[in-house]
Amino acid sequence: MGDYPSSSTNATAGGSGVTGRHARSAGTGVSPSSYEPPIGGGDGLPKKARFSMESGFRGLSTAAGAMVLVIIVAIAIFLISKAVPALRADTVNFLSYKQWFPNDADPKFGIAALAFGTVLSSVIALIVAVPIALGIALFLSHYAPKRLANPLGFVIDLLAAVPSVVFGLWGRDVFLEPVRDFSVWLNHYFSWLPIFGGDGPFGRSILLGSLVLAIMVLPIVTSLSREVFQQTPGMNEEAALALGATKWEMIRTAVLPYGKPGVIAAVMLGLGRALGETIALALTLGTVFSISFNVIENGGNSIAANIANTFGEANATGRGALIASGLVLFAITLVVNMAARAIIYRRREFRDSAA
Amino acid sequence: MSLLDRELAGVVMTPDNIRTKKLSLVANLGVAVAAFVIAAAVVLGFGIGNWVLIVVLGWVFYLVGLLYAAGRVEGRRAARNRAWKSLIYSACILAILPLASVVWTLVSKGVGRLDGDFFGTSMNNIGARDQNGGAYHAIIGTLEQVGIAALIAVPLGVLGAIYLVEYGRGKFAGTVRFFVDVMTGIPSIVAGLFVLSFWVLIVSPWFNDGNPRFSGFAASLALSVLMLPTIVRSTEEMLRLVPGPLREGAYALGVPQWKTILKIVVPTALPGIVTGVMLAIARAAGETAPVLLVAGGAAAINFDPFNGNQSSLALFVYQQAGDASKYAPARAWTAALTLVAIVLVLTIAAKMLARRNSLTR
Amino acid sequence: MAKRIEASNVSSYYGSFKAIDSISMTVEPKTITALIGPSGCGKSTFLRSINRMHEVLPNARIEGRLTIDEQNIYDPDVDVTAVRRLIGMVFQRPNPFPTMSIYENVVAGLKLNGVKKKSALDDAAEQSLKSANLWNEVKDRLNRPGAGLSGGQQQRLCIARTIAVEPQVVLMDEPCSALDPISTLAIEDLMFKLKDRFTIIIVTHNMQQAARVSDKTGFFSIDKTGDPGRLIEYDDTQKIFSNPTQKKTEDYITGRFG
Repeated sequence: MGDYPSSSTNATAGGSGVTGRHARSAGTGVSPSSYEPPIGGGDGLPKKARFSMESGFRGLSTAAGAMVLVIIVAIAIFLISKAVPALRADTVNFLSYKQWFPNDADPKFGIAALAFGTVLSSVIALIVAVPIALGIALFLSHYAPKRLANPLGFVIDLLAAVPSVVFGLWGRDVFLEPVRDFSVWLNHYFSWLPIFGGDGPFGRSILLGSLVLAIMVLPIVTSLSREVFQQTPGMNEEAALALGATKWEMIRTAVLPYGKPGVIAAVMLGLGRALGETIALALTLGTVFSISFNVIENGGNSIAANIANTFGEANATGRGALIASGLVLFAITLVVNMAARAIIYRRREFRDSAA
Repeated sequence: MSLLDRELAGVVMTPDNIRTKKLSLVANLGVAVAAFVIAAAVVLGFGIGNWVLIVVLGWVFYLVGLLYAAGRVEGRRAARNRAWKSLIYSACILAILPLASVVWTLVSKGVGRLDGDFFGTSMNNIGARDQNGGAYHAIIGTLEQVGIAALIAVPLGVLGAIYLVEYGRGKFAGTVRFFVDVMTGIPSIVAGLFVLSFWVLIVSPWFNDGNPRFSGFAASLALSVLMLPTIVRSTEEMLRLVPGPLREGAYALGVPQWKTILKIVVPTALPGIVTGVMLAIARAAGETAPVLLVAGGAAAINFDPFNGNQSSLALFVYQQAGDASKYAPARAWTAALTLVAIVLVLTIAAKMLARRNSLTR
Repeated sequence: MAKRIEASNVSSYYGSFKAIDSISMTVEPKTITALIGPSGCGKSTFLRSINRMHEVLPNARIEGRLTIDEQNIYDPDVDVTAVRRLIGMVFQRPNPFPTMSIYENVVAGLKLNGVKKKSALDDAAEQSLKSANLWNEVKDRLNRPGAGLSGGQQQRLCIARTIAVEPQVVLMDEPCSALDPISTLAIEDLMFKLKDRFTIIIVTHNMQQAARVSDKTGFFSIDKTGDPGRLIEYDDTQKIFSNPTQKKTEDYITGRFG
């Protein structure tokens, strides 16, 4: 309960007290405040039934709550159980091998190139998306007039709901051309930088995949950051202004420090989204199994995109191999998400104790 | 006279120095024109790019020029304020361009196959050279899969939220809450792999003579895994908004807690719960990866979610996108438009409902 | 260095709503002026007009002339941030920056103004905290969060933060309304001390406080809800509280005392 803003805590405070009494009365077996209307005349208060609707309903909802834990554990167990046989059959080191031939007679597959591509594309996506998202969030929370900020915020929320397959399709059919032109240009003038080197062909590259990912995580990061910026106490903003701060200085003094933990959490959640994104990358990456920092040449791959691309022709070992790669993805996103949530929870406590 | 005066002239204000010069609009425009002329001269003079580079370079020159000009006229702090404001506005414009392009492409390419055939036929017996063919089977698949997923996830999610709000105390409830949040971030492909290894590969062979079998129901399971945390979270928030005195009033009348919850608390929070459920459904309807992994996709109509491959709209888009036929892209875009329309209608309806919700206001 | 403030026919609007109607008054340097009156009578609005803080709210505008030493602060070429440095403000509820330490709070305004030298910041922090009667209480924990102080200490911290940028006028918007009597007394003591250096204008609901601390008192009132607030009477505090010329002032004061 302490994790939640005080307002909602107050709303349930009454409920919790009553619940506490229920719990105790269940222990003694005699209910001081009966749940059923008294039936008997002067025979004292009715005894609490051993198996009442009350305990049944409580058990049911507790089971539903526990279901979440069961599912998370089940995901881990079943993925491991299917991954282990494939990993046993693997004739090379799963962690360091770069190619993916799990369907051969002597299966060879490794996660190295895929994990590298997943992390690289997500990190580039965030480097592009986060500054822009923070800019839009500040625009919506502090610069735009209310009449513009509200509908625009609404549109941003809607964009967060657009399915990823649509962004993938757009990336492949529309965005590919300008990105290819841009890549050729970069290669022409900046080929002395290794990331822009190579002899082509260009286009279906990490750059394209990352930019599409950036466009996809932009609404999420924007929407969450906007929320924390809006929560900045007005009196702190006024304090900064009254000291003679310009608007930007006010934002730097009052808004940004206050929103920092929330922004970090928003970025982590965006990272989690980007790491797990499947279809948009399956449609835009060039699917090459190599570890290369070249971002403009055709290539790039990610764990999730590889699952979508090669699942169709996978045999039993192939499926196991894909599940093994999914397990790695699960572990990575679990760590990122848990870190993000831990930050949010800490911030909530901080805010509640300060209030 | 004072400590600050010794340190930094101009920090301490007197009534005589509160005035400042403002960068005039003419100067501002002048900087803009100069920036773009220089950019054009550089780009065309050296032949290093086209109009896009001129715009980008011109914009950068303009920002730098503005910072310099404003710094000279208005002072460092005002100039910095101006520069950041320009950057923030630029970020907005920069983000609007691709997003507008997505919307424009979706509509302009999507209307191409918006005909009765598209909504009335499947892809059965449609070859690479046939320009007709439709998404009827995929729409059926989406509706059935999402519907069953909702049937599984909604009761579970609402009950789970009831546990967290009404019964859950102490460490266990805290753990559940934390993992509900963590579960929100599980990638959809992982949910698909989970159902693949659990349902398709282990459970389904029991019903199918030992052979694993794809089905729409398996897709529903995966989607419900994705919907569950969203529903728990939104329902929990709504239940917490139900005023405590409402509960206490019922308890004081001797109504048992479970009845209070079902008859008073949940109905009060119902509009908010429905909003959350609709948002979760909208998100699930757009998922591609889990359906690909456990329902397999199909070209023909299959009404039975428990038997055999099924497609879905999102999967249809993906498969048509990967199809070599020259008629496939048109089908993909129209399906994408249909999918976005469904998702947006659900989302907008949910948000409208949330606005009219008396609890959240 | 404290300056004379003159308001002539100042009216303030929020959108189409007129909050105050042609207020005229002159505030002499190094005095304490109290603004009293019922809730919603526009005294806070007038106070916020003096350092242009009311502009923070959307659609707020003003008519009339507000000058400090003959300089109209509403002239178009006036830098609003300079006005606010010249005329500092302390708010109703203590509002130290929650993410900053005590030290950082005090020097926040100086850092904004580009003072970077550590020794200068240290000196200024010590001086301001001493002026705010807070130095002895916090000198050992300057790096602790400002939000960890008691309410009265937080308010004195906010006063220290305000006077650190060396304004000439300090506006106080009900600075004691969120504080207990002992903290209130401490702030009142502080006001007497600061009077030597600053012109102080304070809005207060507490008439005893106005009578105790101020040299001059202005009484604001409205006829009915929705009407703009007006300055009914402005005179020496002694006179206002003993022998007001206006019937309304007398009613208000005796109503509260009686």
